[in-house]
Amino acid sequence: MVEACGLGKRFTTGPRVLNAIDFSARRGERIALVGSNGAGKSTFLRCLVGLVPFGDGTVEVLGQRFSEQPNRRQRVALRRRLGFVFQFHGLVGRTSALSNVVNGALGQGNGNHALAPERLRTDALDALAAVGLSDRALDRTDTLSGGQSQRVAIARALVHRPELVIADEPAASLDPVAGAEVMSVFHGLAEQRGATLIFTTHDLQHALDYSDRIVALAAGHVVLDSPTVHLRVSDLEAIYRD
Amino acid sequence: MTDHLRMPRPISSRDIARWPRLTPLRFTVLVALGAVLIASIGEVAPGPDRLIGALPRMASLLDRMVPPETDPAFLGRMGLRLLETLQIALVGTVFGVLVSFPLAWLAAKHVSPLNAGRWISRGVISLFRTVPDLVWALFFVSAVGLGAIAGTLTIIVDTAGFCGRFFAEAMEESDPKSREALEAVGARRIDILFASVVPDCMPSFINTSLFALELAVRSSVVLGIVGAGGIGQELKSAFELFQYPKAATIILAIFVIVLLMERLTDWLRQKMG
Repeated sequence: MVEACGLGKRFTTGPRVLNAIDFSARRGERIALVGSNGAGKSTFLRCLVGLVPFGDGTVEVLGQRFSEQPNRRQRVALRRRLGFVFQFHGLVGRTSALSNVVNGALGQGNGNHALAPERLRTDALDALAAVGLSDRALDRTDTLSGGQSQRVAIARALVHRPELVIADEPAASLDPVAGAEVMSVFHGLAEQRGATLIFTTHDLQHALDYSDRIVALAAGHVVLDSPTVHLRVSDLEAIYRD
Repeated sequence: MTDHLRMPRPISSRDIARWPRLTPLRFTVLVALGAVLIASIGEVAPGPDRLIGALPRMASLLDRMVPPETDPAFLGRMGLRLLETLQIALVGTVFGVLVSFPLAWLAAKHVSPLNAGRWISRGVISLFRTVPDLVWALFFVSAVGLGAIAGTLTIIVDTAGFCGRFFAEAMEESDPKSREALEAVGARRIDILFASVVPDCMPSFINTSLFALELAVRSSVVLGIVGAGGIGQELKSAFELFQYPKAATIILAIFVIVLLMERLTDWLRQKMG
């Protein structure tokens, strides 16, 4: 489902952030990416979906194979089948939770959400119900708490029932209780809908609780790739110390 | 070891100075600017003797303006001209805002669907904005003839330049995270515009449009001086025919209209912000 071969990336200024990364994810797998700040986790995820171009190697995601960046046709085909959750939810603050969730289906060719079809509005309400926010559907998202905002972002990522869900530190900006709640909702929904899940986290307990496999990056290199069952928190802490 | 002991070099007074250091280049630029300013004052600023000499003439002019004209027939004609002035301002602003919106979108970095082509839209906005409104009025009077239509076209172009610039800046400063989130779900640039950028920028769009309306009222007052309709034409006639009481009434009416418009836009800003 996802395969990166020799993926390398350097920004215009500064050192290489990704060095010959080999990575793969099978359908239905749940993978946690861990590593210290600046290890290249977020950049790697953005390269996978073509949000930033990369210099070396090739990527194949959901049947779309590309170097550097997907072309327009590939980008449309790819993004119709995936959902992306960002650390800082990226909601449009002055619009309702429902509008934001409907926005998640903009890539499906629905155009302006003011004209969203009945089916899409129903799907959006279902997605909000799934994250426990039916009662806040019509509230502006700038009135929601951090945890509620992140749950709306998850509903937005899942509204079009993606096959692949990618999340960049979905719980990092939240307190421990809200973070655990968001991860639980997120993981449960992805599993229930049969989606492949790739997420980055600094919370090693989250990595152990919500993944089948853990991949660790350090200075743009893969330094660990192992089934979660073989790992303990102390094994992962060693990566941060090194 | 504490952090300050690891500094690459000792901290000097320059590192914490509040003012930029006076380098030879900065000193040269300051001296050159000073010389240009002094030369300009000598050329165009009025000297004290000139100002003192003008005071009696100003007093005489003000004396001839009092009392302002209150003839009902004149007031009726002036009222119609004032209404025309407001119509020019309102219609010009609405159409100017409509023209500026697509221009701003095409010009805004990271939001525009164009890449290198953005400079064309930026160029059009700059042209609209930098050429003064009276010059546009002369152009449109030549093109479509004397009257309110030339004035309305002038306000449209003037507003498109003003709003185009500020709308584009607001779009560029809209939340990049929400734009990226929509880009990640495959939304097109035009979807991102209406789903994220417009809601995010709406307070700024409303403020800018209301300022544009204020500016348009002021501009439309003077456009008549070059024949582009509105109360300015009456004012010009009054001065040319030495009818100073009429000129005084028109100036007072302009003052009241502009003041009322400022109050109205302030109130709208509070209500809609």
